[in-house]
Amino acid sequence: MYVAVKGGEAAIDNAHRLLAEVRRGDPAVPELSVAQIRAQMALLVDRVMTEGSLYDPDLAALALKQARGDVVEAVFLVRAFRTTLPRFGASVPVDTGAMAVERRISATFKDLPGGQVLGPTFDYTHRLIDFTLAAEGDIEPAAEAEPRVDAALCPRVTDMLAQDGLIEASPPDEGAPVGDLTREPVDYPADRALRLQALARGDEGFVLGLAYSTQRGYGRTHPFVGEIRVGEVAVEFVPEELGFAVPLGRVQLTECQMVNQFKGSGAAPPQFTRGYGLSFGQSERKAMAMALVDRALRAEELGEPVTSPAQDQEFVLAHCDSLQATGFVEHLKLPHYVDFQAELELVRRLRTEFERKSETVEMQEAAE
Amino acid sequence: MAPDPTGPAPDHAVADRQAVMALCANANRDDLAAALTALGSPATENLRAPETGLVMATGRIGGDGRPFNLGEVSVTRAAIRLADGTSGFAYHLGRDRTKARLAAILDALWQDPARRDRVEAALAPVARRTEAARARAARHTAATRVDFLTLARGED
Repeated sequence: MYVAVKGGEAAIDNAHRLLAEVRRGDPAVPELSVAQIRAQMALLVDRVMTEGSLYDPDLAALALKQARGDVVEAVFLVRAFRTTLPRFGASVPVDTGAMAVERRISATFKDLPGGQVLGPTFDYTHRLIDFTLAAEGDIEPAAEAEPRVDAALCPRVTDMLAQDGLIEASPPDEGAPVGDLTREPVDYPADRALRLQALARGDEGFVLGLAYSTQRGYGRTHPFVGEIRVGEVAVEFVPEELGFAVPLGRVQLTECQMVNQFKGSGAAPPQFTRGYGLSFGQSERKAMAMALVDRALRAEELGEPVTSPAQDQEFVLAHCDSLQATGFVEHLKLPHYVDFQAELELVRRLRTEFERKSETVEMQEAAE
Repeated sequence: MAPDPTGPAPDHAVADRQAVMALCANANRDDLAAALTALGSPATENLRAPETGLVMATGRIGGDGRPFNLGEVSVTRAAIRLADGTSGFAYHLGRDRTKARLAAILDALWQDPARRDRVEAALAPVARRTEAARARAARHTAATRVDFLTLARGED
């Protein structure tokens, strides 16, 4: 247990001054601007926004600069910042069907209305280090083409499957209040909306590892990527004083629709089931992992045996938050002097008793 | 109060006002300052001082189902009143208080039918630039459109 300590103020101040100097690094090297981080470390900024659970690219870029590129520390800064702000309310749910698509792929259908567009992707690159990037230079401008007539309308793949009844419908919006884990602690069992909120802000590495575990047999779900889409959507909010939806601006999102193996019963014909992922920015790996774990966490609802970590919602939800995890792990480095003194005394007493017993045994053996 | 996700049916005037609000939200501060200068920078008072806060962005399960909380967005709002009593409002993504206040003034000016055309003309450069950026992005995306061919598998 941590017990408060006093003193050390001068050392702490000096450590923070040293941190500032080390953060800046060699003064001969130009300082990074927030705009540079935002523009050129964009996927890192997206990750900090997603796990910080706050869409604000400039703020996330600044947090990364302050945190020397430490993602969890940057998430901590963003989460701390949000606690200083009032909440005006909740948005109108974003319409990902109306997304201005920058990337859209499907592993289930090669021909989609609206087409598949690769957008800016690492897929199909050779993953060879490009040493030309080490030298600053001009790049070849991106290719342009006239959008085909159907490009503006991109129905979701899941909607196409739903037309034929081949996939389960999304849970209907019955106007029930939406649980918010930033306002009330999570009660188990948590409903799917609350689980998705937790996964959306969950640590990418942890959620990715869990998703991978389902593929390796710990709660198999037989997934296909129905669709991944990346692009901007409008966010709208209805202020009380206006009574109509005010457009706040546009945010970039990544959506993943995972199509999984069947569920049917004596009463209902077999259908594909679904897992859903949504994240801020271009965060494809996160959205995919989230969709896999979302589906795994539906095991009980779909009558599957709950045997694996990714299917255990208390295990997943209680451990997926990087800030909570780092808080408890990292608190171990704070002074635990009093606690440890007690442990020291205990181990010394046990050792004394052990030695006394050994001596007694030796004396008995010698006597025999 | 939880917002009504459908909202009241927007009549034509509301839809037009929303379009101007969207234009301001997607513009930058300098755009709005230039537009307001062109309109003669009228006298205003704050109904509410510009303020930064949060809006919880919600998505829908499966894209079309029950809502869930995705994460918050930073939002700055401003409310002003013109000398003639017309009030104007702005709610924008981000933390730019000056920009939100400029947009609130433009919202108030736009509500006067006599000034509407001039407000829209002042914002026309922003509208043109936004549309050009959108079209350019669409052309870049279109160049990455892919037609996959499925190859026959070995066992066939």
